[in-house]
Amino acid sequence: MKIHEYQAKELFKKFDIAIPKGNAAFSPDEAIETAETLGGYPVIVKAQIHAGGRGKGGGVKLAQSKEEVGKLADEIIGMTLVTHQTGPEGKLVKKVLVEQGLDITKELYLSLIPDRDTAKIVIMASEAGGMDIEEVAASTPEKIIKVYIDPLQGIQAYHCREAAFGLNMTPPVMKQFSAMLNKLYKLFVTYDCSLLEINPLVITSDDKVIALDAKLDVDGNSLFRHKDVVEYRDLDEEDPLEVEASKYNLNYINLGGGGNIGNMVNGAGLAMATMDIIKFAGAEPANFLDVGGGADAEMVENGFRIILSDKNVKGILINIFGGILRCDVLAEGVVQAAKKTQLDVPVVVRMEGTNVEKGRKILDESGLTLITAVDLKDAAQKIAEIAKGGN
Amino acid sequence: MSIFVNKDTRLVVQGITGKEGMFHTQQCVIYGTNVVAGVTPGKAGQKMDNVPVFNTVKDAIAATGANCSMIFVPPPFAADAIMEAADAGIDLIIAITEGIPIMDMMKVKNFLATKSSRLIGPNCPGVITPGECKIGIMPGPMHKPGGPVGVLSRSGTLTYEVVHQLTMQGIGQTTCIGIGGDPINGTNFIDVLDAFEKDDETKGVVMVGEIGGSAEEEAAEFVKNNMSKPVVGFIAGLTAPPGRRMGHAGAIISGGTGTGEAKIEAFNACGIHVCKNLGNLGELCAEVFK
Repeated sequence: MKIHEYQAKELFKKFDIAIPKGNAAFSPDEAIETAETLGGYPVIVKAQIHAGGRGKGGGVKLAQSKEEVGKLADEIIGMTLVTHQTGPEGKLVKKVLVEQGLDITKELYLSLIPDRDTAKIVIMASEAGGMDIEEVAASTPEKIIKVYIDPLQGIQAYHCREAAFGLNMTPPVMKQFSAMLNKLYKLFVTYDCSLLEINPLVITSDDKVIALDAKLDVDGNSLFRHKDVVEYRDLDEEDPLEVEASKYNLNYINLGGGGNIGNMVNGAGLAMATMDIIKFAGAEPANFLDVGGGADAEMVENGFRIILSDKNVKGILINIFGGILRCDVLAEGVVQAAKKTQLDVPVVVRMEGTNVEKGRKILDESGLTLITAVDLKDAAQKIAEIAKGGN
Repeated sequence: MSIFVNKDTRLVVQGITGKEGMFHTQQCVIYGTNVVAGVTPGKAGQKMDNVPVFNTVKDAIAATGANCSMIFVPPPFAADAIMEAADAGIDLIIAITEGIPIMDMMKVKNFLATKSSRLIGPNCPGVITPGECKIGIMPGPMHKPGGPVGVLSRSGTLTYEVVHQLTMQGIGQTTCIGIGGDPINGTNFIDVLDAFEKDDETKGVVMVGEIGGSAEEEAAEFVKNNMSKPVVGFIAGLTAPPGRRMGHAGAIISGGTGTGEAKIEAFNACGIHVCKNLGNLGELCAEVFK
């Protein structure tokens, strides 16, 4: 789960990690109010959306006066910010973070992530701060320092020293940096972070180490023990259809490419493979939808409704491998859901597994125009015909 | 022959009295699996059907000689259950549970490095040696006993689809293993490939991967350098957009790594027979394994 920069910085504050003075603002007036408490200008006005690249996109601005804060906040709040992470449609900005300006002498990059290959927490640091770290990693990987920490051992002083020496720090800076790294590690494990990134981490002209930026993702599987983080969820940042689907335990992702074939599948792997099959058949998949192990009439009905909210969809492929879920039960569900939803697009149903013959019979005798497919190949052909406009 | 599990495997089920645990234990018993014990803390002395329930894995081993555990414990307590099983000396731990926090799994993985237990999963369908023993949630009847093909995969229903196509072609399976869709799991592709290579009865392998991480690329290198048996490979998620998690916690293309194209390229470069369209998998296998 992603949270905003200002929320991440609230957590930083809890762990006594140095950040610039500042506050979130939802209007130009609030922005001015905060700016006036920061002890002088310039101040920074930063758009708060769940995507990186905000500076390049024009969502981070420097204000030299009270008036300029108002003007910039007015411009940024309500703007549609397009960055390399938002996609071409961009994101509507609803709030800004107003922070004191700092006299910066050096910008560093620092992040902590779980490393899937080693099962260790890896600290990544670089003197190439403020830049797109993916570019740095691709072009000059030697500029990135990596320190691996066994979660059973926890962070030790030598881990911090290793990172600090690698960043060519002076002794007073090194001491502060090590203390900060300790706190960041503690925050990381306490809150089950799947990413904690500071880009840039800055050193000021008076040798202070400060987290100028803060990006923090929390492992969705851990939310049962982080009720305070759940409060941070911002539905404005999520696709409304995906939010709707999650209410019914449906795992739906709109692929966003204007695809014309919807699909409903049980199991994530089979759902991905089904999307691929649609593509190979010459059509475009519109979505990913995993109905899980249940797939009863209500789930199928909600699935139909969510898929059909996407007006590009011209046909639907249902692909269910019934093992524990019996095909006759599934077929009943599909028939009920189809009757209730008033389907106006063709639906191809491919099912396999326990009681498949019984299931097919239910579909055939339903009086509905459901198209049954005997296997995946057959399903792909039938979907291709629909995509071409035939039927 | 088979790998990891067979008719002599003595199974204990952790979380046996829960809804899922109970149902799937019954299914395993029906298939012929030798379920010797269950564990639910606080329920020692009870029975689930004819299976005796114990408070701890240690007690279960002492009373029944269990050597393999299947875990249905809910996510907040699953890491604890895995470590309990490993500490008690269980040889093979199969964790079905989906949704274990990654921080918990990192601890488990580092803890297991100090133990002799093998973990399969979590977030996996389990392991089946057709005709002998089913430990997991896969539907049993569609499997065809006797080999000659081993199946390994990161997903559930997609594996069933693959097995179904093999069976329809008359190709039996030695053992089918789901290693799970989480970013951190116990047993990886290479461990299983190595076991299949050493198993006399297994004459070829079907490996089913998906987007995210680099396990498939590493597995491909292993196949090139260490395997004499033919391998058919499939990757799910070629049409998945970057940055979006496709259901499985591990299935995400991030920072340009973990793409389906890169994995297919690695398969091709390492002599793996690539199946791009799942609809054709059975036919390709019939050709490769004839």
